[in-house]
This record gives sequence, structure tokens and C-alpha cells, in this order.
Amino acid sequence: MTIIYAGMFYIATLLLVIGLAYKIFDYSRTPAPLKIPTTPAPTTQTGVVYRMAKEVVLFESLFKSNKWIWVFGWLFHFGLFLVLARHLRYFTQPVWFWVDIIQPFGKYASIMMVAGLAGLLARRFVVDRVRYISTPSDYLMLVLLIAIGVSGMMMTFVAHTDIISLKEFFMGLMYFDLQPLPQDPILLIHLALVATLLVIFPVSKLLHAPGVFFSPTRNQADNPREHRHVAAWAARLDQNN
Amino acid sequence: MAAAEFDIPEIKNDIEVPKLREDVMSHVKTFPAGQPVQDFMGYPHELGEDWKDRAIDKMGDLLGKYRSLKVFLDACVHCGACTDKCHYYLGTSDPKNMPVARQDLMRQVYRRYFTTAGKLFPKLVGAKDLTKEVLDDWYSYYYQCSECRRCSVFCPYGIDTAEITMAGREILNHVGMGQKYSNEILGKVMKIGNNLGLPGPALEDTLEGLEEDIEADTGVPVKMPLDVKGAEVLLVTPSADFFSEPHVESLIGYAKVFHAAGINWTLSSHASEAGNFGLFDANYDVMRKVAMRIRDAALELGVKRIVVGECGHAWRVAYSFWNTLTGIGYGGNDPFSIELQQQLDHNYPQPQHICELTNDLIKAGTIKVDPSKNDDLVVTYHDSCNVARASRMGTEPGGQFTIPRELIKSVANNFHNMADETIYESTFCCGGGGGLLTDDLMEVRVKGALPRATALNNVVKEHQVNFMAMICAICKAQFTKVLPKYGFDMSMVGGVHQLVSKAIKLD
Repeated sequence: MTIIYAGMFYIATLLLVIGLAYKIFDYSRTPAPLKIPTTPAPTTQTGVVYRMAKEVVLFESLFKSNKWIWVFGWLFHFGLFLVLARHLRYFTQPVWFWVDIIQPFGKYASIMMVAGLAGLLARRFVVDRVRYISTPSDYLMLVLLIAIGVSGMMMTFVAHTDIISLKEFFMGLMYFDLQPLPQDPILLIHLALVATLLVIFPVSKLLHAPGVFFSPTRNQADNPREHRHVAAWAARLDQNN
Repeated sequence: MAAAEFDIPEIKNDIEVPKLREDVMSHVKTFPAGQPVQDFMGYPHELGEDWKDRAIDKMGDLLGKYRSLKVFLDACVHCGACTDKCHYYLGTSDPKNMPVARQDLMRQVYRRYFTTAGKLFPKLVGAKDLTKEVLDDWYSYYYQCSECRRCSVFCPYGIDTAEITMAGREILNHVGMGQKYSNEILGKVMKIGNNLGLPGPALEDTLEGLEEDIEADTGVPVKMPLDVKGAEVLLVTPSADFFSEPHVESLIGYAKVFHAAGINWTLSSHASEAGNFGLFDANYDVMRKVAMRIRDAALELGVKRIVVGECGHAWRVAYSFWNTLTGIGYGGNDPFSIELQQQLDHNYPQPQHICELTNDLIKAGTIKVDPSKNDDLVVTYHDSCNVARASRMGTEPGGQFTIPRELIKSVANNFHNMADETIYESTFCCGGGGGLLTDDLMEVRVKGALPRATALNNVVKEHQVNFMAMICAICKAQFTKVLPKYGFDMSMVGGVHQLVSKAIKLD
């Protein structure tokens, strides 16, 4: 079992890293030939960083759009962020001081995360417009994340797993020195689901995470009269004049 | 061919989000472009045997050229934030007019042919083969989008359906399904110089007639110069300004402003059109070719400034793209753009919007106005989509909202905004933009105007508003045709410079 899970995590991590790296490379090599920021937009690069930060941290556009989606989406994402940060303790030795500080928050953030996900899932059933646009993968993705969250919460709040051995397993993975994985069924389910998520990430809508940083309507400064913006393929047209 | 009969929606107290009614607008097919039009544009005029390969090839080509398309097709999570934002969905209740569903018409094909998940598990991720039915859906619904970008304001990733609609139309063009209206206009502007197909001598006649009218009306010999070499300002304005009502009233306004300020200006017969329908498809070459007429005219006439009249999508192309496409602007360090940029007067923004110019002149006291001349009017202002969400005026973000309002308030005493969620960046499109201003799409146009008509109705009831000012030729043409169907008088619709024209002091 240890060897199967070790292999699974090596492969899943590899697919995630290669898949994401390729996508990011692909986005960055594809030119944005025209200035298309959604205005009003910042006129400077500093302003763009500020706009993007508000978008990524506070989900500003979503807040303008729909308070329900915003509440559920933000609960989920911020909860997930704290939960992930908390999990860093399995991968660092000694554990970083700030990871220690957020441990109690991360523990209860799992409730935020699952509550947010449940809200998002409910919307897919309840709101006719959202039901219309939902594909099977949209439901499954939420179910997968909820299952990850709930199995994790089981181990935190109900039936503790052997986290000392678990940490040894993951530290072992990182240093290519395999250690036995605790044979706790909930843990095995939790880890299998996480590995699945890692594999799905670069080939699914989860690409919204890197994608938002490449969105020309959000990452361009509004300065077309002051700066000439020409993509390489478009610049060649100028030379034929 | 008579347009189909349809019911005019009822104006309610508030803009309501309707329950879905599937496929209620699938019968809408804008008239297809015939062979001569498609030939001129270099597109086929009918589906060939290989249409599917051509479509997929073109999609691949566009995916490699436009980061927007690639990122937008990947990033959507189907959250639903945009589903109640499109005026065409609000007006028609057809779910394929929800921005995300409109995008999904292309996204399903993208997933099938360009992504691993869609190749392996099409059903799971909503991927579909490109079939004739899918293509027909594209033709229906990509011509029920005015590319107004309202959805992009509310999308957490900034996904702009306009980018996908443009790409969709371009692919349709390449398989032989072009739109008659837009492609005919592109033919006219490239062959004759303007969208109306008005040749130089006819334009000269029209302008002379207008000069006589103004002099008869005011006693002042206000000129409308054409093709004057060495003029300071080249004014580029939508050709509708030359003889459509109420557009022409704004043209008279611009002429009076130049006259009163003593600015030596000219129109150009070669560039007698600010509009650029090349924007509406993802064909960079066509948009560039149309824009290049302005550069050519500016170089030939030796003007120092380029000013753009009241036209929404034209201002987007001028403000956001002219520098890129033609070097009209600043900051170029290549020979192509330097040639023009050293000719321009660096004391002014290039290009400049007529509202920026007039507002500056009034604030500086160079021209005098009497706002009481508009006391018969209670004015509101319709933010045109392309000005609001795809451009700017002035030096600060949001100048595209404040400058026209400042200008209106300086020439008219009674002004009231419509509801906040219907103006500024949340403004509702008139319903006729983006290549939809044609009679064969009247049902879409009327129903798409419902949110704006509702907002207008509320200020009419509350503040007795009797004039809706705007700075877009398409909005003016659309509203004068469509608002009467909702019971409004068409004389309520007019340009900002129509108000300026009444208030300006000429002596």
C-alpha cells in the first residue's frame, strides 16, 4: 500500500507540475495583440497589481455580481487556503513558525471550506440558470472537494489518524526515502482523492487559478494613447506599409 | 422577406430576471451575406465539404493569436455570476443568451478538439463534436450578442464574451456563413470611405446644405470644411452624422464648437467614417485596413490633431486600438509610428474625443454657453457600452463617465441619472450594437432594449425626464427605432452635442 500511494503521489505531482508549467508557458507565449482591459481600469502597472490583488484576494468582481456566489466562493477558497497552509506542517521540519500560529484557525477553516462548497453545490440544483449551465464535471468537482474536506475533518474531529507516521511518510517522499504509510482507511481515501484532484487540476476548469493572472481584461493597464502596444505577429504588418 | 411577428415585452417597475425558456430565440437568423460580399471580403459564400476542418483550423489559428480566447475558454468555472447580466437574456429569457451559455457554444467544441479531458471524456465535461446544428446555434446566438462587455465586468476572471463572439463570427466567416449587414458595410467603407456608401461629391453637397441651414438658423456662417490640407484638426465621425436624425444635430454642434473656438478643422472624404465594423469579428487585418484610412487621411492632410465624433464602438477602436493598428497616439519608437507621431501636436491627447475637446473649451472659457437654452428639457444620460467599458476620456479612470456628464450639466440645467445598476460600468447596451443594427434582427433589438427602457421609464416617471442624451451613432439609431415600440417618443433621443448646439453662443 505504501508503495502504491508513494507511486501515486509521485505521478500525480509530476502531472500537476508538468501540466501547470505547460499551461502557464502556453498562456504566456500567446500574445494579447490588442488593449482590452475592462474599463474603468488602472492606468499604471502598480494600479494593475492592486486591481489583480483585489480580484484574487477579495473576489471583487464576483462581489459586484452576486452576493450568494461571493459568500460561498470566498468561504470555500479562504477556508481552503487556511487548510492548505495548515497542511504545511506535514512537509516542513522544523515547522515554520507561522504555520504553527495558524494551526487552530486551519482546523476550523475546514468547516468554512465545506460549508462554502455545499452552498455552491446547492446553487447548482436550486437556481435554474446555474442548473442549465452545469455539466457532470461541475457537480463531480464539488463532490470531490467536499469528500476531501469531509474525510479530512473526520480525521481532525472524529477519528484521529497517526499523524507522526503520516508526516514521516511525506517527508520520506520528499527526500526519496520511503517510510510506511499508516493503514487508516479514512486517510487512504483522503489521500487518493487528493491525488485525483492534483491530476485533474491542469486539464480542467481549475485552470481558473493561473488563468485569472493572464486575463487581459484584468491584467492590462489602460494607457493605449500613451504607449504603443503591438504584438509580434501584428508588428510584421507595419513593415509592409 | 418580412420580419417575424413577436410580442413587445412589457416594462415592469424593476428589471426582472426571467425564468429560462429554452430555444425561444433559436429561430433568429440574421440574413447571410451573398457571394459578391463574401468574395470581396475573401471569404467563401457557402459551406464547402471541408467546412468542419476549416472551422477547427481557424479556431486553432485564433487560439494561437489571442490570449484572451485561450484563457477565457479554459478559465470559466460555470459559477453563474454572469447569467443574469446580459440584456438579451433579460429581454428574451432564452438561456443561450446567458453569457456563459453563449461562450459554452464555443467552449464545448474547444474542449472536444483542443483539450485532453474533452477528447477522452466528452460527456463528462460537456464537450461536443462540431456539427451543423452546433454551427447553426453559433450563427443564431453569436448574432444575439452586441459585444457590450457587461458580463466581463461581473466575471471573477474577467471573461469577456465579446472576445468569444468575435472569434465565433470570424470562424463563421471562414466557413462561408458571413452576415449580410456587417460584411456589406465593411465592403462599403473599404471601397467608398464610409459605412453608408456616400461618395465624396454627395458628402460635399450635404455639408454645403447643412452650412446653409445653420446660417439661416443662427445668422452665423459656420463652416463644414472637407479635405482641407493644413487644417489643425481632422474630425472623424460616424457617417450617420451626415444625414441621419438625430445624429446630424450633433454634427452641427461640433461645427459650432470649432467655429466658436476658432479652431481650423476639416473632415475627410477618404476617412468619412469613424465606425469600424472590423471590431465585430476577430479579423485583425480587416480592422486594421479600415483604421488605416484615418492614418492615410491624417498624413495626407497634414493635420496636427485627430478628434473623434459621437460613436461608441468607433471610440473604442480609436482610443484603445488606433495606436496599435495605425500609430495614431504616442510612444511608438518604430519608423511606422514615428512618421505620424512627430506630425501630431503633443499638447493634446491623440486621438481626442469630441466631448473631451468641448468640455475643456467650456471649462477654459474659450467658448461660452447658455444652459437656459435647454430649460425645456429634463436630461438623462445613456452610457454607451463601448465608451463605458472599453475606453476612457481624460486622464483619470472613469473620465468616460464624468466628462460627458460634466459637459451636459454645463449646457443644460436639468439632469438626472438613471438607476446606479444601469449606468457607468454597469450600463445596459442599447440592444443594437456589435453588428445587430439591422432590420432582420429587430426582435433581438427590441427585446434587448428592455433593461434600458425600464431604467428610462423610471426616471421619466420620477423626474419627468424627456431627453436621453448619448454619444453613439448606433445607440441613436437603435433607440429612435425601438423606444417608440415601448411607448416613448423618438424625439427623446439625441446626442450630447445636440444640447451643446442649442446652448453655445456663436457671437
